[in-house]
Amino acid sequence: MPTVKMKVNGKPVTAEVEARTLLVQFLRENLRLTGTHVGCDTSQCGACVVHVNGKSVKACSMLAVMAEGCEVTTIEGLATGNTLHPMQQAFMDNHGLQCGFCTPGMVMTALDIVNRNGNELDEATVRKELEGNICRCTGYHNIVKSVRAGAKAMGSKP
Amino acid sequence: MSATQSGSAAGTGIGASVLRKEDRRFLIGKGRYTDDINVAGQTHAVFVRSPHAHATINSIKTDAARAAPGVVAVLTGTDLAGDGIGPLICGVTVTSDDGQPHRAAVHPALAQGKVNYVGDHVAIVIAETYAQARDSAELVEVDYGILPAVTSTAHATDAGQQQIHDVAPNNMCFNWPFGDKAAVEATFAKAHKVSSLDLVNNRMVTNPMEPRAALGEYNTGTEEITLHVTTQNPHVHRLVLSAFNQLAPEHKLRVVGPDVGGGFGAKIFIYAEELVVGWACRKVQRPVKWTADRTEAFLSDAHGRDHVSKAEMAMDKDGNFLALRVMTNANLGAYLSTFATMVPSYLYAFLLAGQYRTPLIYSEVKAVYTNTSPVDASRGAGRPEATYLLERLVDVCAADMNMDPAEIRRKNFIPKDAFPYQTPVVQCYDSGDYEEALDKALILADYKGFPARAQAAKARGKRRGIGLSSYVEACGIAPSAAVGQLGGGVGLWESAQVRFNPTGNVQVFTGTHSHGQGHETTFAQLINELLGVPIENVEVIHGDTAKTQFGMGTYGSRSLAVGGVAIAKACEKLIAKGKKIAAHALEAAEGDIEFANGNFSVAGTDKAMNIAAVAFNAYVPHSYPAGLEPGFDENAFFDPLNFSFPAGTHVCEVEVDLDTGEVEIVKYSAVDDFGRLVNPMIVEGQVHGGIVHGIGQALLEGCRYDSEGQLLTASFMDYAMPRADNVPSFDVDYAPTVPIHNPLGVKGCGEAGAIGAPPAVINAIANALGIKHIDMPATPENVWRAAHAQQRPGQKAA
Repeated sequence: MPTVKMKVNGKPVTAEVEARTLLVQFLRENLRLTGTHVGCDTSQCGACVVHVNGKSVKACSMLAVMAEGCEVTTIEGLATGNTLHPMQQAFMDNHGLQCGFCTPGMVMTALDIVNRNGNELDEATVRKELEGNICRCTGYHNIVKSVRAGAKAMGSKP
Repeated sequence: MSATQSGSAAGTGIGASVLRKEDRRFLIGKGRYTDDINVAGQTHAVFVRSPHAHATINSIKTDAARAAPGVVAVLTGTDLAGDGIGPLICGVTVTSDDGQPHRAAVHPALAQGKVNYVGDHVAIVIAETYAQARDSAELVEVDYGILPAVTSTAHATDAGQQQIHDVAPNNMCFNWPFGDKAAVEATFAKAHKVSSLDLVNNRMVTNPMEPRAALGEYNTGTEEITLHVTTQNPHVHRLVLSAFNQLAPEHKLRVVGPDVGGGFGAKIFIYAEELVVGWACRKVQRPVKWTADRTEAFLSDAHGRDHVSKAEMAMDKDGNFLALRVMTNANLGAYLSTFATMVPSYLYAFLLAGQYRTPLIYSEVKAVYTNTSPVDASRGAGRPEATYLLERLVDVCAADMNMDPAEIRRKNFIPKDAFPYQTPVVQCYDSGDYEEALDKALILADYKGFPARAQAAKARGKRRGIGLSSYVEACGIAPSAAVGQLGGGVGLWESAQVRFNPTGNVQVFTGTHSHGQGHETTFAQLINELLGVPIENVEVIHGDTAKTQFGMGTYGSRSLAVGGVAIAKACEKLIAKGKKIAAHALEAAEGDIEFANGNFSVAGTDKAMNIAAVAFNAYVPHSYPAGLEPGFDENAFFDPLNFSFPAGTHVCEVEVDLDTGEVEIVKYSAVDDFGRLVNPMIVEGQVHGGIVHGIGQALLEGCRYDSEGQLLTASFMDYAMPRADNVPSFDVDYAPTVPIHNPLGVKGCGEAGAIGAPPAVINAIANALGIKHIDMPATPENVWRAAHAQQRPGQKAA
């Protein structure tokens, strides 16, 4: 079995995995980072979005061995101690989640949207950019609000 | 019940948009869903499923699979039957027109010689790893004798169709007429005008984002099975698995529904996989975990809707509704799921009065078996089907009578002074003001300004349409007596336990289950309002039969309307006991003790003690009323006298591109009556989600089987879920009335959007195109075809 090394949420990890192991399986099963979810098997739903080297990736569409040497950030890596990341806080403040299952993927995607589009996001941009993340609970209304508010808050961070 | 008191509770009590207590764990990735749980010695299970819609099983060869690396066991229906595990059940009896109960086909959890839909369960393969289980499942060799499949809802009972179950001649589960047929026919015969409509309520896959999963553990010491499962109702699971499936005695079976990633009905039911995993963990003496992939979810979750109907309305010359006649074929799939029979009967026909005074209603529901996945409750369950049929028909009536759709509705509304209102279809609506909701919705939607917007759109080469939907639903599901009379096998009360700890904080044990609804916050607000305890000192506990006393779970928008009242009743008991304790401590008569804002005080004095001090006294009863039990911990059950009847008007405005058939929802306004709101922020979130569920049905979602019974829409690539760029933001307002049967004054809100939205959207599209009807989902292709078909004469845009 191949050995894979990467940094996950700032911590170096090494493991032997079957070559067919998906990144999302590696995170969930090997590292027990179960905040990253699996909602489909066709890379449609976005519940498994993580960041690899700073860019959003559907962790079900990448093998763990492809992340060799990469820096991976998951939902568990966002908060600082007890302080939520501004995007996490925005989801809480705007009721941007209900059952919570799609939420980690939504938050990770939202950060990527901000990284690529800046802190002032209009509704149409957010809706278009969220196209790869499915939520069955919220009707998206409050997710869109959350992403816009979170983007703004990230911009005003000292 | 004094639910109106506030004071110290102001800001976090009833009516406050408190941020959710549960959000933090979900936001930092610490939610604990079934598949997140791993236990020592755990094995992984994969189900071998039928690739055929209808076939006999000639043989199952498992030798190669058993010999594969890491395989622990391969078990089939023979093993299951050998251990005396019973078939899955349907818990509600419907009496057919021949006086006999519905024809219930045996529903084995693992096939017994025959499979009846693609995805039907044939064997379970258990291995050390998931990959090994999946690999070896491929090695199970099943020899099938393929039979013709029945897939058409409309034609399942036609002569010459393949017979699916011997017990159900002509594939008929039941034929259920309801109402005075002769009186309705006589009224139709003398009506000024009869409007009619043929329509399909498209089959949906409920698709909560978390796929179903189960983890079974057997403790050889205590002989107890613990089943972690994606459930909306752990106690119902335990009851059915124990009483009907003989999995284990009720006291030796613990069912845990941990964090559950959405339900919408799909996680009410007791599924084959859950029973088999529970049984297998004892059989192999190892923990067994199964998690569905999304395709399995499409194949084996109970689906929703799937009606084919003819609806007719008889009117007088002024457009008054005189009589309604409805003929419906409802597809129940290959077997009866847990509550399948109730959905197209009691939850459907009893809602056909809608918001109207229609004095005579006759309906006939043929429930049919087909070689498709079982069909059961899905967000709204029966009520969306009734509402879609009625609200579409009302628009056809308006067109036929040359009336504005808003005005024909207003003319026929049950007036607000007529409540409580006995409909001709069993339900007695306890409160409502339909005209107020309509008026508010028309203002919110700027209905008057629509013609100008339509003109402007036309100038841009687009077509605008506006559509109304005035719905009523029956939720807060209970009351037990009614459910029992209708053939239901369970009581539908709810229970609560409110326990003070000696240090003054509170644990609330509820029999409801939260899978997105925010109970941990809403119920804490109730405690804050009623007992004056800060919400941060309240913990709401649910979802574990070993922790919570009992409960019927969450569905039918019942958690607050039924479960919330049980909590309030337990609070009343605590206050009554607290008065005795405070009277003793404050050396006053019990009758002089008042309770408000978390304090027991002696009337007319400044002597007082707070509820935390009373709780401490109850647990450290050194100086305590003689004869009074120690402890500050009360149980209550609540069984309401009636359903709750949320209602409202939704207005949808669309813009259609005639070249592409694309429909854009440009504005969506909803005015609902949910009674009193405990947490308006959460309620509004429920409304948003429900509306998009309904928009999904109207525009995107259509579950399709081919004529051989293959599911063509078995992934998110083939089945279109609504996404962020398919829908707009929403304008939401309320027109509350006070439900006389609910002590908290609340109604349910979880399903309303999914009930109200589909007809509003389709009415808007029909209006935009100037056509009588278009079936759901109104995909670009369907809309383009409808727009380019020859327009039927006599249709008029509102």
